[in-house]
Formats: sequence, structure tokens, C-alpha cells
Amino acid sequence: MSNETTPIRPDPVFTPDAAFFWEGVTRGELLGQRCSDCMKITHPPRPMCPVCHSIKRETVKLSGRGIVTSWVIPRHPAPIGFAEAPIVALIELEEGIRMVSNVIDVAPDAMKNGIAVEVRYAPTKGGKAVPVFAPAKGGARE
Amino acid sequence: MSKFAAIAGIGQTEFSKASGRSELQLAAEASKAALDDAGIDPADVDGMITFTIDNSDEIGLTRCLGVKDLGYTARIPGGGAASVATIHQAAAAINSGACEVVLVWRAMNERSQYRFGQPMAPPSGGVVNIAGNGTGSLLWCMPFGAQTPASWGALATQHYMNTYGVTNGDLGYVSVAQRKHAATNPLAWFYGKPITLEDHQASKWIIEPVLRLLDCCQESDGGVAIVVTSLERAKDLKRKPIRIVSSAQSIPAEVEVISNYYHADLNVMPEAQGVAKRLYQRSGLTPKDMQLAMIYDAFTPQVLYQLEAFGFCDQGEAKDFIKGGNIEVGGGLPVNTNGGLIGEAYIHGMNNITEAVRQLRGTASNQVAKMTNALVSCGMAGAILSNS
Ligand SMILES: [Zn+2]
Repeated sequence: MSNETTPIRPDPVFTPDAAFFWEGVTRGELLGQRCSDCMKITHPPRPMCPVCHSIKRETVKLSGRGIVTSWVIPRHPAPIGFAEAPIVALIELEEGIRMVSNVIDVAPDAMKNGIAVEVRYAPTKGGKAVPVFAPAKGGARE
Repeated sequence: MSKFAAIAGIGQTEFSKASGRSELQLAAEASKAALDDAGIDPADVDGMITFTIDNSDEIGLTRCLGVKDLGYTARIPGGGAASVATIHQAAAAINSGACEVVLVWRAMNERSQYRFGQPMAPPSGGVVNIAGNGTGSLLWCMPFGAQTPASWGALATQHYMNTYGVTNGDLGYVSVAQRKHAATNPLAWFYGKPITLEDHQASKWIIEPVLRLLDCCQESDGGVAIVVTSLERAKDLKRKPIRIVSSAQSIPAEVEVISNYYHADLNVMPEAQGVAKRLYQRSGLTPKDMQLAMIYDAFTPQVLYQLEAFGFCDQGEAKDFIKGGNIEVGGGLPVNTNGGLIGEAYIHGMNNITEAVRQLRGTASNQVAKMTNALVSCGMAGAILSNS
């Protein structure tokens, strides 16, 4: 499912405040934005901390582990850039932030809320990547 | 409070799938109809309000209407989810003295010229600056295959449905009630075309397991306009004034338009809760004082969230509240008596405001008995309108 030979998935959109996220993913790292002053992790990224209003921010490597908070399968019209309908999911990461992603390696019939997942990386057609999530193997990893 | 603004006139074009004319022409025709309805000379309009995403511009419209001297303009963010904010803005402008006759409009060839419901491919290459219209959907959803409003909305909704055991079959009660209303409303695209729960369940999945085709609003061409002035001035005009008892907007922390995934509790619609709190506080009214609720229904689940947020039923109980004819004319709380955006047309929520006005005037096709107060909600904004 995730090992397309020639990727057709759309590239992510790089905005000035979120470019670090997609650059990280393309290198195989899941990064979050952390405030350098109060340590608050925010997603989506933004140029100012909503808690202490600092503009000093740093990237932090995220665990890549989370649970599925919600999920859907877009059936019609077919999404652009997918050979088969993906499972689109909202992942709640251990760090307490949510992000939109895909769940892979789970059959649509077996999909349910609350399953534990961990990050993988899926290539996009222009040579970038996005984070996707597969069922967690359990226990410590890499 | 002694000062009130009032809706003095409403107007619209026909609702279709191919208007055959420009969006500016739709805006001008709807505006002229609303001003005629009010009995106001178009030359006397001195305020204009529309959506940030409306393609027509104020100067183009003043040139059509022969407006003498426009003194105030504003646009509201958030698309249809904020449609009632146009009324909130208009009331604020009137009550502040910034202008005297506000023309609100929304006109679009949303079916024939472009289609909101079709997947969008994100732009490629380099760093892009995107304002985003209050949504992160383009940036955070597109590369994962969530490329339509239906998919963005449904992704939050599945959490709510899972929590409260709401099935897609439950949502069918909203579609059936609204299509029943549309079937007897000659203005509606689905006039004469009611559906059954079986039709709903037989319609194809759009976003599994949340939305079938018959859970989704239409794509429409058309224009709607509303004239707002002071209650005092409206009393001397052609129509019985419909008083804007209270109006409100609410965009709570971490809420965004439709790709609304980042606030604390995905089982609620915080923006609708915020609107409800402000509307009830400012008016002293309660849910029991409403004889009608016009609720933004881009997709059926949005109706359930708002019924709960506005206190018509308890949290998680909307799935039962919508059954047994309760939201039909003659039921406990008639909802979207024109057929809503699902049954009448999708003029980005504005046609749900004009239906509230018709109900309060006593001129609706599916007239509710003993109308005094109507709630109009779109999620991020709302108003209580009254004929008393
Ligand atoms: Zn901070």
C-alpha cells in the first residue's frame, strides 16, 4: 500500500512558518515546534507562542507515537494523487498535539478509533515526503 | 438597550445550477430585489457588506445600483460558516452611526463556474504564502487525500459520532426532514422531490463512514441580498421590520473553519457554543423562546452539533432530537423550513437568513404557526430575529 514505485501523492505545501516540518519529514524526521521560552509545543506551527508570546522557537523531535482520534475514507470524488482511497486520520501524538495524516497497513473494515500507531514516511511525487502512521508494534522502537 | 437594527428587505435571484450570467449581475439583481422589497431607493445605500471570498466588488455593485455615496464597507471571514456575521456587522454599523442603509449580499456561480465540492490539487514547488481563509485544510489536509469540504468536515465529525454512537442512518433524519420542507417550497431546487430514509441509505458514500451523497448540501448558482437599517427607519418602510434582537460572532481559541481539529474537545462545536452564550446573554432569551431554528447545514452533522450547542437538547442527544418529525413544521422545533442548504440551495448560508425573515413575516411556503423569534446560526456567527 505504501510502497508505490513512482510516487503520485501530492506534495505538501511549504509555507514560511511550516517549512521546517516538511523539510524534517522529507529527511525522515517528525519535528514539532517548541517555544524556546516556555517550552510549549504547538501544532499547527506559528510565528508566536500563544502562551508567552515569545517569537523564539525551536524544533523538537517528536516521538512519532500516538492514537487515532478520528478517521474517514474519502470515497467520492476520488482524491487526486491516490491509487486507492486512503484512510485519512487525526492522530493525537504523545506530546498532546493533533495532526492530520493517513493510517496505513490497516484494512478499512478493521479501522477503529483509539488504535495505537507510530510514524512512517511516504514519498510524494515531487521528491518530498509526508508522515503517515501504521499500527504500533508495541514496546520500545528504534 | 433602546437601539436596534432591523432587516427591512430581502431579495434573491432564482437558485439554479447554471445561472447563465455573471456573478456581479446576480449580486445586482438580488440587491435590487431586496431594496425594492424594502422600498428603499438603491441610490440611498450607504453601507455594503459581503464575504471576503465573494468575487464581486463594492465599486462594481455601486455602479450597477447607482449608489450616490457609499460610506461604509466590510467583509466577513470564514465563508458560509460565518454567513450570519454579515448581519452582525450590519447591526454594528447601523447602531454605531457609521451608516444608515446597509446592503448585504452574496452571489456566486458556485456550480457552473467553479465547484466547491471537487477535490483540489495543492500548489506545487517552493515556499508558498497562503492566507488560508481561516482554514488549514490546504496545508495540512491536501497531501493526505482530504481535498474537499466534505472530507475536512467529516474528519472531525467521525470522532463525535463514535463518542455518542451516532450512525450515518441517524443523520438521514435531517436530510429527510429538510427535503420534505424543500418539496413544498417553490423556491427550492428540490421542489417536489422529497426523499425517504431508504433513499438516504441507498445514496453513495462521499466520505465513509460519515457522509453519503444525501448528507451533503448542493452546489448552486444564485444571489441573495438583505437590507439592514435602524428599527426606527424600518418602521416607516414598506415591510414590517424584522428586529435583530441580538447578533454575535465567536471564534474561540484554536478553532478554525471546517478543518477544525485543534481545539480541546472534538465532541463539541466551540464556536457555536460561543455564539449561543453571547446571543442568549445579550437578549435574555432562551432556547424555549425560539419557534424556529435556521441552522447552517453544509453537511447533516453540522445540524446536530448546533442543536446541542444552542441548548435545544443535551450533549450527545441530537441524534434522538431529530427523529419523529420533531424538526419538521408542526414538530417541537422546526429546523430549516425552506429545505436548508441541502434542499433549497447553497447560497453560502444567506438563504437560511432570508427564510427566517419570511417566517417572521408570515410569508413562508412552509409557515410555522405563531412565530415570534427565530434563531439563525451558521456556526461561527448567529442572530436572534423577531417580529415583535
Ligand atoms: Zn511560550
